[in-house]
Amino acid sequence: MADAGYDDWVAAIADGEGYYLACPDGHGSLPPRRSCPHCASDELTEEPLAETGEIVTFTEVHVPAPSFADEAPYVTAIASFGSVRLTGVVRDVPRSDVELGMAVTPDVDVNATTGEQVLVFRPVDE
Amino acid sequence: MNDVRIAGVGLTKFGRYPERTGRDLFAEAALAARDEAGISRGDYDEVHYGNFMGELAEGQGHQGPVVAEAAGLDCPATRYESACASAGVAFRQAVQTIRGGGADVVLVGGMERMNNLGTSEVTRSLAIAADELFEVRAGVTFPGAYALMARAYFDEFGGDNEDLAHIAVKNHANAMTNEYAQFHREITVEDALESPVVADPLTLYDACPITDGASAVVLVSGDYADENGLDAPVRVAGSGQGGDKAALQDREYLAQTPAATKAAEMAYADAAITPDDVDVAEVHDCFTIAEVLALESLGFYEPGEGIGAAARGETTRDGDRPVNLSGGLKAKGHPVGATGTAQVVEMTKLLRGDHANSDAVPDARVGVTHNAGGTVASAVVHVLEVMN
Repeated sequence: MADAGYDDWVAAIADGEGYYLACPDGHGSLPPRRSCPHCASDELTEEPLAETGEIVTFTEVHVPAPSFADEAPYVTAIASFGSVRLTGVVRDVPRSDVELGMAVTPDVDVNATTGEQVLVFRPVDE
Repeated sequence: MNDVRIAGVGLTKFGRYPERTGRDLFAEAALAARDEAGISRGDYDEVHYGNFMGELAEGQGHQGPVVAEAAGLDCPATRYESACASAGVAFRQAVQTIRGGGADVVLVGGMERMNNLGTSEVTRSLAIAADELFEVRAGVTFPGAYALMARAYFDEFGGDNEDLAHIAVKNHANAMTNEYAQFHREITVEDALESPVVADPLTLYDACPITDGASAVVLVSGDYADENGLDAPVRVAGSGQGGDKAALQDREYLAQTPAATKAAEMAYADAAITPDDVDVAEVHDCFTIAEVLALESLGFYEPGEGIGAAARGETTRDGDRPVNLSGGLKAKGHPVGATGTAQVVEMTKLLRGDHANSDAVPDARVGVTHNAGGTVASAVVHVLEVMN
């Protein structure tokens, strides 16, 4: 099933060319969207997503939904990229090393259970 | 504006009924409420009904007419869906309808059937209360979403799992005397801390159970109650609803629930009361951290101060303002679409003095119910008051 707007956004992240939608007042949001969720401006432009974000909260999920059955336990996090935040699965780092404030970069990987694409965060070497 | 009074309430015992149909569960609660109200069948103007996952659990959409028929009524019936706030929203719409003169007698309630699904299917079904594109696809489950909020709370304000454990212990203790509760088992702080991790930092005992059940309330206009000499001593004094972004990532706050704050402020203004006037509260503790966020949104505590309320004994049955004397969602159970009106049923009984735990609040006159949808992207608050 195709999801216009969202699929293009995921493909751009996979290509290392992630973007977000910005309104004239500087609010950020993600597609598909026709107006800013913060001020309702319909003048949205695509702006480059910051290459590096920072984890603001996370959880290790032990009881998964069926679509993540083969992934559990896995870490899902919300990370801040300037004026937008993204939610993704943390890859390439043991749970014990995941912490608030950790620098991550967004990428796209395969959900082992469904074979579908999933937004992931990978640690940034500092 | 027409006054709104509670003429009858009904509940099923909450629990595991994998073989019982949703229409049967609702009929049990609705007939109990109708029996208590004693209003003739032809006087019912509308049915307002909350349900969340009926399509997934029973393959049944368009449930309004199905459950109205089961309740023995022949009148317009509408289903409201707002995740875990479904019945709370249905209740608010019923209140607004009566206040506006659009109806004199409304049966309002809710039902959820969940245990006929396996745990993983229930987990999938509950997760659809989150944002499908941006949260569900990133592995966010319902417990996972509240775990994200809990970690954000600990980071911003402090507090720990032991504080949360005291909430679970309190609510299990309250449920012991509630015949309608799913659990009748006291637990200790150690039990809670040692229970399996569901989505860290939340463990099994931070979470409400998977519950089947139904609840129903008969609402009437003040004029109808007076003209028919009804015994309806509790009135709905205030109603409020608030909203927030669906996805946590788009919210201004990860450790506060402004949708509930707005709902509370609206309900308090409507009832012309302040948080200090509230004697007792039933709040939406689908997870222990949710009770903390509720206490703060209701204005009982400043942000960051509610986490220790149970441990300090302030919200226990012996405290100044008992919270979740029913056992809460945590121990009474959480049949999602039935919860909002189940809270109203419990509060009505607490205020009337015929609840098993009414002795904890013998002089209570003002009670508040707080019902949240999803990760509090929806919130409904009601103020109930004993009439003079």
